[in-house]
Amino acid sequence: MKILNKEMLLDAGGVRIGMMTIRSPEIASKARPGQFIVLMASEKGERVPLTVVERDLSKGTIKLIFQEAGLTTKILGAMKAGDSLYSLVGPLGHPTEIKKYGKVIIVGGGVGIAEIYPVAKAMKEAGNHVTTILGARSKDLLILENELKSVSSEFYVATDDGSYGRKGFTTDILEELLGKGRYDLVYSVGPIPMMKRSSMVTKKFNAKTIVSLNAIMVDATGMCGCCRVTVGGKTYFSCVDGPEFDASLVDWEELMKRNKIYDDKEKHICKLNIPKI
Amino acid sequence: MKKEPINVREALASIRKGNFEEVVMGYSEGQALEEAARCIQCKNPACIAGCPVGIDIKKFISEITKKDYAAAFATIREKNNFPSICGRVCPAEYQCRKACVFTKKGSAFASGEAINIHFLERFIGDYGMNNSVDMPEASDNTLSKYKVAIVGSGPAGLCCAGELARYGIKVTIFEALQKPGGVLRYGIPPFRMPRDVLDFEIDYLKKLGVDFVGNFIIGRTKTLDELLVEGYSAVFLGLGAGIPSFLGIPGENLCNIYSANEFLTRINLMSAYKFPEYHTPVNIGKKTLVIGGGNTAMDAARAALRLQNMTMKASDTTIIYRRTEVEMPARRLEIEHAKEEGIKFKFLMQPVEFLGDENGFVKKMRCLECSLGEPDSSGRRRPVPIEGSEFDIECDIAVIAVGLKANQILISVTPELKTDKYGDLIVNKETMETSIKGVYAGGDIVGGEGTVIEAMGMAKRAAKGILGHLKTKSS
Repeated sequence: MKILNKEMLLDAGGVRIGMMTIRSPEIASKARPGQFIVLMASEKGERVPLTVVERDLSKGTIKLIFQEAGLTTKILGAMKAGDSLYSLVGPLGHPTEIKKYGKVIIVGGGVGIAEIYPVAKAMKEAGNHVTTILGARSKDLLILENELKSVSSEFYVATDDGSYGRKGFTTDILEELLGKGRYDLVYSVGPIPMMKRSSMVTKKFNAKTIVSLNAIMVDATGMCGCCRVTVGGKTYFSCVDGPEFDASLVDWEELMKRNKIYDDKEKHICKLNIPKI
Repeated sequence: MKKEPINVREALASIRKGNFEEVVMGYSEGQALEEAARCIQCKNPACIAGCPVGIDIKKFISEITKKDYAAAFATIREKNNFPSICGRVCPAEYQCRKACVFTKKGSAFASGEAINIHFLERFIGDYGMNNSVDMPEASDNTLSKYKVAIVGSGPAGLCCAGELARYGIKVTIFEALQKPGGVLRYGIPPFRMPRDVLDFEIDYLKKLGVDFVGNFIIGRTKTLDELLVEGYSAVFLGLGAGIPSFLGIPGENLCNIYSANEFLTRINLMSAYKFPEYHTPVNIGKKTLVIGGGNTAMDAARAALRLQNMTMKASDTTIIYRRTEVEMPARRLEIEHAKEEGIKFKFLMQPVEFLGDENGFVKKMRCLECSLGEPDSSGRRRPVPIEGSEFDIECDIAVIAVGLKANQILISVTPELKTDKYGDLIVNKETMETSIKGVYAGGDIVGGEGTVIEAMGMAKRAAKGILGHLKTKSS
């Protein structure tokens, strides 16, 4: 659980996204695209799920990317190479179903770009035509652009302020592409509003769409039900039944509300001057 | 003349309701001696048969009366590795104490006059703990060349590990969470089982040479096959009943509706009652409802009430149960303690819907009144909802404690493991071997939800099965 490398991918406009490489030969040997780990930064820390962005079998390492939001991610942001996480467990959740679909669109927004990277890469390796659409508020908030470019057959960027790529949302490009041609799968990860809009767009074109949900978790092994989501009118645990679901069936309003359950507590603890290890 | 039972010392309800310190403080030596002296040492003691692991109760009580506490400790440890745990959590009133000759015939649970066997067991367990009484190792060390893997560090896994380690077998316990103990750690609150007691019992296993590997999920981090290939001669699965059941009613996914597992895991495992020193939050309501009538419901309600008292100096926590108090499966002691602490009970009510505000937080629970009908398969009278009796109860936290199902993480990726219709593992009842040779199981993953001591009973049988398996291997 030792951190071998840690760097900030970006630190601009109040957004801080960090990346760490952690030694864990067992998780590295098992993790598949779409799966996640749960970590505790310190003994008193929370259990927090993060997607396995990359693994290196020969070195026995995994790579995690996180955006500083709550206390735990801020603590992670302050950690350095040589530090150790208190705990790390995984891989968890179902892996993405990687196979040859044909033409696949992969949409990533914000730190969700980190989560689509392993999927885009695997989809490309499986022989798919991969079209990637990345979205960020502005150019300096875009991560992993080169990495994703290298695994994409076609590549687009949308920024809210038009500072790079197309001005607008990822969904504008998505809608255009779907209007022009047939695609076999859309895979979308980002902020809930983006995933929800993706789903609304792809529904119009009847394009199968998978999203990876970021529900709050505790044990992440199916024991607590904190991460329950409603999909197609039924309750699922995103940790063991997901984290991927058919976008067209997800109850987005419920997920959005449930993800705010601890907003007050989070604000409170972030105001306290808790030493970052 | 029959002597009155000796009451155990307890923390005052007015004080303990505002903290997570242990409620039952146990017998003093004098009290233990007085209580032990009440035992009439029956010629044919029924209490021993009432114990799922068959502790020689008569003998250890007699040893207490002679003040030979080390001998009493050895007598208990012979059958039960964890007297300090079981003395605290065993539902003795349904087991040994119910079988006690002082219990009135035909009574649903032990009479008050029954010998307080559990408090005596705890006294001896704590004596052993405080005086570092060691257990002799088994003399047969021919099996010490073997490695056995145990999956899950709850009561069943711990017990099986202890049994095997005594034979010098190299035991490794794999645990998914960051700390060992399973339900003893995440489910049972510190006010019922102080963490130092749990840590002591686990340290005892470490002294026996048992290895604990935390943060390791068999079925994810490694497969069962890989364990067998790596040279483990047998595997014991103590996976537990970890999946919470919900009510399946509208509105159940509103914010601040918790499964008891989530609520208690946040508090017990993650120490949310010490937020923000510990970083995991739990929400504390002005009006908390806990739905269910078992020990988990009592634990959740008493934890919720403590959080309320700690933050607001007032509490409003209510247990909602479909049947009446007699049918509640919880330990009588927990029900009494809950009442003393100010938990309210509402019986014969069945939740039918949760209603929330515009932000998705729960505000009300809609219920139907029930009457009691004919007994069901459990022998308890079935609650029958009364049509048109709908009414609402206000709440801002609701905790659902209506049972648990078998943990499926390993089973779902190991199709060779045969399960029954409940998802529980099918085993050979004698050896506890599963459908895979060399793989054994016990605890809630086999029997469905049971008690700590029942899980240990199964684990002991499995340990015997494993010893037999290893002996055939070595011969």
